[in-house]
Amino acid sequence: MSRFIVFLLPLAVIAGFWLLSRQESKLAHDPTHKSFFQRNGAVLGIVFIALVTFWMLFLVVMPYLYMVQESFHPRLPPMKRGGPEDFLTIQQYKSFFVEPSSGNWNTLHLRAFFFSILTSVFVTAVNFAICYPLAYYMAQAGTIQKVRLLMLCLIVPYWVNEILRAFSLRLLLASKGLINQTLMGIGIIDTPIDFLGTNMGLYVGLSYAYLLIMVFPLYNAIESLDKNQIEAARDLGAPWWKIHRDVVIPYAKPGIASGCTMVFMLSAGSLAAPQFLGGPSTLWFTSIVYDFFFQAFNWPRGAAYAFILLTACIIFVLAILKLFKVSLGETIR
Amino acid sequence: MSSGVELDHITVKFGNFTAVKDATLDIKSGEFFSFLGPSGCGKTTILRTVSGFLDPSSGVVRIGGEDMAGIGPNKRPTALIFQNLALFPLMTVSENITYGLRVRGADKAARMKRADELLELIALPDQGKKLVSELSGGQKQRVAIARALAVEPKVLLLDEPLSALDLKLRQHMRNELREIQKRVGITFIYITHDQGEALTMSDRVAVMSDGEILQISDGKTIYDSPATSFVASFVGENNPMPGTITKAGKTGAVLKTAFGELRGANPHGLKVGDKAILFVRPESISLGKGAADATITSQILNVAFEGNVSHIFMKGAGKKELSVTVGRHGGAEIPAKGAKAAVSYDPGYAVVLPEGKMARE
Ligand SMILES: Nc1ncnc2c1ncn2[C@@H]1O[C@H](COP(=O)(O)OP(=O)(O)OP(=O)(O)O)[C@@H](O)[C@H]1O
Ligand SMILES: [Mg+2]
Repeated sequence: MSRFIVFLLPLAVIAGFWLLSRQESKLAHDPTHKSFFQRNGAVLGIVFIALVTFWMLFLVVMPYLYMVQESFHPRLPPMKRGGPEDFLTIQQYKSFFVEPSSGNWNTLHLRAFFFSILTSVFVTAVNFAICYPLAYYMAQAGTIQKVRLLMLCLIVPYWVNEILRAFSLRLLLASKGLINQTLMGIGIIDTPIDFLGTNMGLYVGLSYAYLLIMVFPLYNAIESLDKNQIEAARDLGAPWWKIHRDVVIPYAKPGIASGCTMVFMLSAGSLAAPQFLGGPSTLWFTSIVYDFFFQAFNWPRGAAYAFILLTACIIFVLAILKLFKVSLGETIR
Repeated sequence: MSSGVELDHITVKFGNFTAVKDATLDIKSGEFFSFLGPSGCGKTTILRTVSGFLDPSSGVVRIGGEDMAGIGPNKRPTALIFQNLALFPLMTVSENITYGLRVRGADKAARMKRADELLELIALPDQGKKLVSELSGGQKQRVAIARALAVEPKVLLLDEPLSALDLKLRQHMRNELREIQKRVGITFIYITHDQGEALTMSDRVAVMSDGEILQISDGKTIYDSPATSFVASFVGENNPMPGTITKAGKTGAVLKTAFGELRGANPHGLKVGDKAILFVRPESISLGKGAADATITSQILNVAFEGNVSHIFMKGAGKKELSVTVGRHGGAEIPAKGAKAAVSYDPGYAVVLPEGKMARE
């Protein structure tokens, strides 16, 4: 029964949309303002609402809800679903901390979880360190032609799909790859450096994958800063790093927060780069989720793990935003 | 401690374009010096060269006798007030004012003390905790001045700081700026395209056009004895009457114009046959006949009554109308519109200048 509660929610959403449209016409104090239906006619209005509702419900809300309810059920073959063995349980969530079969701490998964989170934090930091000077240059220092060229160089590699990009990095970084060959060829090293085994490849791949996602929010934020403010600070005697500390970074904080949030979230949830570029002993948390869904066919546990990751990331991001005194609204400005 | 500013044959180029041509001048310590000129004539460029944001293509900038080449804006004893003020929006008023001290490493107590002093100076006491966005236009203006003064510059550079204010406030701030300058006693270099501002506030004014300095003098001299036709037409109202010189002497020259032969002072010593322009200011003209070579007869097109004065517009020599300003109690009755009337001027207040560029109306 509980499995089907979720299908009542669409009705609630429809009701929500209806209330919203009522609210909209109420808020229209402006006498020339026409309500949504007056503007579009009844037929079109209904079609619009129905389409948006359909999109939201079937493509956004329902799959998530289905996953949520899935995660609170035991793993059962299809025939037994809804039967006496089907009940609401948090055992899937528990299994993340304690191995169900042995009763020991589930160190493998816990370690993968923290490794993924910490690596993502690291990748975010590296990305910021690379992108901030780049964005600053593009937004304030560079001439138009150079900035255009730079943007092109940044964007074009992203026309190639993610998997191909990860693979080509692998080719570069492998023991017999281009970089090792070159370094050995010119005699800097005698034995190849194990970039992939030491997770170097993973860090590089992840940083590279989300470069653009960091650059553009930073660029947008810094670009709107009045050049005169930078010059005013300089005129008052500030050396360059104090100008950044006191004027540019405080101003760009919403952009920084938004770039860092996105890079962190995407990196923690990434799949391709860790699979292709991680070392043999590296276990990425999303790979575990993936395996539960597609190798073990254990959807409930996979869903539970996915939500653990999602919740952890959200809490982490909110905590960081709070720490740096940025409101969530500012990051999507 | 001298804090004069010397520009020694300064030229500034942007690519092929020369924004400032061979500017040489000597601003004295404690002087209120203005650059006056139309938009785009290179005023900001000169200021940025003095403050160190631009390097001159050739020439030397000296402040207090010291060559400033290779010294960055953060190391020069100047403070710049930007055309748009450029206050830091995320800092409070006090933080704005003391930013220059903060980056120099002054401790908090010293900064607070200085902030209070400066807030007192700019008549905004106890407003230090406000955000810049909570201030009015005139208050922002004063905060920008205080922020620049906080670092105790030898020279304060002001780039049209009043242009964003409305007329009343602008007039009020003129007096206030002059007051502040007298109190702190440092050199002010002031940029404006508003001649009223330049003439009322400055000890000396440099009039610029197209990157060139045309005249450097006190306001009265610039108004009464303009050096070129551009200065004559840019500063104040003026009636230009072009023509050819028919008589020339030490005391003056006579010019054949569309209104007949007219006389004026001849500071450039122009010779017979030279093309020249006679400039007579509207307030130097009065109703009624005078000497034959200082009388103009023309048709009255319009009369504008403005309370204390009336402006009479007569058919002019060229496209431009001849403008005459008469006082309330100027004696003679103003003839009716459309009538022919004779007006005359004192040739001592009219000036004959070589033909040259004029300011755009
Ligand atoms: N960075 C630059 N590159 C190229 N040309 C410039 C640059 N800065 C200024 N110019 C040019 O130099 C000339 C003088 O500019 P400047 O800003 O000094 O004028 P201004 O007298 O301050 O005018 P305004 O009263 O409008 O502020 C202008 O024609 C301008 O186009
Ligand atoms: Mg300017």
